[in-house]
Formats: sequence, structure tokens, C-alpha cells
Amino acid sequence: MTGDNGATSENLPGSGHEHGHRHPNQPDLEDGPLGYYPAMADAVAELLIEKGVFGADDLRATIDYMASRTPALGARLVARAWRDPDFKRALVADSRAAAETLDIDTGPTPLLVMENTAHVHNVIVCTLCSCYPVFLLGKSPDWYKSRNYRSRVVREPRAVLAEFGTHIAPEREVRVHDSTADMRYMVLPMRPGGTDGWSEEALAALITRDALVGVCEVTR
Amino acid sequence: MTDSSDGAFPPGARVRVRRAHPPGHVRTPHYCRGHIGEVERLCGHFRNPEELAYGRADHAPLALYRVRFRQRDLWPDYAGAVDDSVEIELYEHWLEPAR
Repeated sequence: MTGDNGATSENLPGSGHEHGHRHPNQPDLEDGPLGYYPAMADAVAELLIEKGVFGADDLRATIDYMASRTPALGARLVARAWRDPDFKRALVADSRAAAETLDIDTGPTPLLVMENTAHVHNVIVCTLCSCYPVFLLGKSPDWYKSRNYRSRVVREPRAVLAEFGTHIAPEREVRVHDSTADMRYMVLPMRPGGTDGWSEEALAALITRDALVGVCEVTR
Repeated sequence: MTDSSDGAFPPGARVRVRRAHPPGHVRTPHYCRGHIGEVERLCGHFRNPEELAYGRADHAPLALYRVRFRQRDLWPDYAGAVDDSVEIELYEHWLEPAR
């Protein structure tokens, strides 16, 4: 195997093979100084545990639960909505109640599902920070949190979408949703043609995170 | 959550965002201040983040609306389609009636 620096497996650190000179250790996360906010986060967590508000195992389990959330959850809701018009109406009207029928937790914050149609294409942003439907899509991608995306998608959404390879016909309205306060958003993309009779699982496999944020459409 | 009978502005009402610049933790984006939009829906009532940010939670929840703006009203040089829009969540104390 050849790494980026041309090293072979014989001279990688830790290979146990002595060859007369040393290689630097791989840097650890803790090598740099602890920043103000990481120090504050650690201190608050330690205080809450010390005061018995919750245990270290509760904190670990919560992080584990959040890390288990993936776009497959959002995709399942959309695939069901494509196959079941009643479910689609319920999902748009009250996403929490509709998702509960599939045992999917939409989280503590109200979640609004915005349906794409032949007339409207929806796209999600949080210009103030990085609000994101974590319970249905998991951790947000770095570009979603970037100043570039956040500042430009509200001002020139069609140019930003084009950079993602998405070209919305001029007769369709592009509607940007800025998650500035107490709502979270997920896009309900349009079902691609040629998928009549497809199973929910086959449909769900087509649905990507980016389509649920609205920076692309779903294709076969 | 979406009780449309319990807010000052019904869906479709035209509202202007106050052009104000208070210090602190404000969740009204600068790009919509002073602009006119249309109420899309009442989202419900929520505590004011401008107070919560300073640990003050002993106040009545405020009506929170989604307000739809035309892109061309926000950005005079907007190059996209005429009907393109932005919807923003805004608390009632930032809105005033507009004609």
C-alpha cells in the first residue's frame, strides 16, 4: 500500500519494523490548546454530572442516539408519502404525528415539511447559525454551515443551486426557507418519473440528504 | 401549535419588519428589516429568544409567524424569476401592519 507521502506499509509508524530512524507521531486532537468554548462545554457537562442532573452514561447515550440519526429516516417518510397520498397530506399537516405512525422521532422542535411541486422548488437554510433537521437527516454537512452557502442561497438561490448541478426551470418558483427561530424544515422532493409500482424500500434508496435539504432533485 | 385565531396577523396579512438595530441576541435577519412581506402562517407561540439568551424566561410566549417576501423586494438587483421568494420566521414584536 502506498500512502499520500509515498510511505509503504513497511515504514509506517507502529509497524514494528525497525529501520534506523523515527517518524513523527500522528497529531492528536488534544495537541493544541483547549479553546474557550470547548473548555466551557466540558465544564458545564462536568457540573451537570456532578450535581446529578444527569449521569455520564445519559450524556453518552444521548450523543450515541443523535449520531444514529441518518437521512434514511427522512427518506423513509418521503417514500411512504409518495406511495400514500393520505400519509403525504398528514406529513405536510403535522409531521410529528405522521412520523410517529412509522415510529420515527422528529425531535423536540416543530418540523415543517415543504412539498416540491411543478410550480415550487423549496430549499432550506439557516442564515443566522446552522439550524438543521438533525432528527431526520443526522449531522449537517459542512457546506450547510458555511458562510458561503448561508449568505448566498437567500440572495442568489438559482446560482447556488446551479453550483450543485441543479437547474430549476424559470417558471417554477424557488422558495427559500430561512430557519431563523423555532421551526425546522425538510423538503418533500418530487417523485421521479418511471418509478410506478416501486416498493417503498426501492423508492427510499433514491432519496438523498441533499434532496431533503433541497439543493438537488431526486432522479432515477 | 398552529392556532391561526390567536395572533394579531392572519395569513395573507401584509406586514412590515421593523427597521431597528437593538443590541443582543436578535433572530430577525438584517436583510429583511424594513421590508414588506405577507404572513404565510402563524407557527404558534414561543418564548422570546432576545430574553432567553440572558436567562430571562418569566415572560408570556410571543406569536411567531412565517412571513413570505418576494426576492425582488429584498434585493433590487435580484436576477432570478419574478415569483422567487424567501420565507422567514419572525416574532410578532418585529412586525407592524403594512398596506
